[in-house]
Amino acid sequence: MSALLKLKVLEEYLQDLVGFKRPKIQYEQYETPSHIAAVALHTIQVRFEALENRLVLDAGCGPGVLALGASLLGANLVTALDIDEDAIKIIMENIDDTETTNVEVIQTDFLNCNTYRWKNYFDTVLMNPPFGTKNNLGMDMKFLQMGLELSCDSVYSLHKSSTRSHIQKKVKEWNVRGEVIAELRYDLPATYKFHKQASRDIAVDLWRLKHPHT
Amino acid sequence: MKLITHNMLTSKCLKGVITGYPLAITATVVKVSEVEYNPEFISRIIPKLDWEVLWKAADSIGHNEGLPQTIDPKFEDNEEFLRKAHKVLLEVEVEEGYLTCPESGRQFPITKGIPNMLLTEAEVQ
Repeated sequence: MSALLKLKVLEEYLQDLVGFKRPKIQYEQYETPSHIAAVALHTIQVRFEALENRLVLDAGCGPGVLALGASLLGANLVTALDIDEDAIKIIMENIDDTETTNVEVIQTDFLNCNTYRWKNYFDTVLMNPPFGTKNNLGMDMKFLQMGLELSCDSVYSLHKSSTRSHIQKKVKEWNVRGEVIAELRYDLPATYKFHKQASRDIAVDLWRLKHPHT
Repeated sequence: MKLITHNMLTSKCLKGVITGYPLAITATVVKVSEVEYNPEFISRIIPKLDWEVLWKAADSIGHNEGLPQTIDPKFEDNEEFLRKAHKVLLEVEVEEGYLTCPESGRQFPITKGIPNMLLTEAEVQ
């Protein structure tokens, strides 16, 4: 299996995108570093062919690193959702700069998306959800569940490795197949005031959750 | 907002609204931009759509592009049809305007091509 771009080239493209100007803690806005995004997307395409010629959703897209990366790797159409107006402005800037024509942006609350006609609609759902470990406990699990509801094939999601056993339990409970397909290190720069160190190395897992019937 | 996206949106999340579909489009600016034609994708996506809603939406903004109101059972082999469907689904975009909930009349603005579907807490079911 192959990808339209080499990993290094993909990463270079993603590096040029604009990031969050002023991240908001209420949405736990952390950027997906271009290296992590590139490795994740490349793995998703090369191992599972889940991006090229696929209908893709980026849930909680932020500046749109995953959405634009998926488009670069040949997705037919990418739908990118975010609740935050400032995030929407940045992804729009990135779409304009890269002259992308197949990323659709909607300002909406992803956790309320079961009211749209998207049930099992997307082939692939991508997300880097709020870690759900600060003030919004369990948010990451709500994102995963909604992702499963809207996908007909699989959900790819980034989570702190410290939550691995919890996700394993949930995967069983939801009756889906789940595996960690890559272990990554997230060099998180000090984004918020409560971060004491200048940056912190956090272990993250790239999860693949798959509906059992497909 | 492309019409493929419009086909999927509802206002069912509004308090008191039962189906909230389809949303009416009021477009003040429509643009048509070129998107790479991929017949396999168009053939695969059509069964997931509400065709009648797509046709009416396209017609309501003056871009039905000669698309038939009903789909031929063998549409996959009809190149002319697939090209028209491609244009209506992916190339016609509502840049400015709003969507209106058919039941409550609530309007959702579309600015720079992006529909804002956010509700206030008091509006949610």
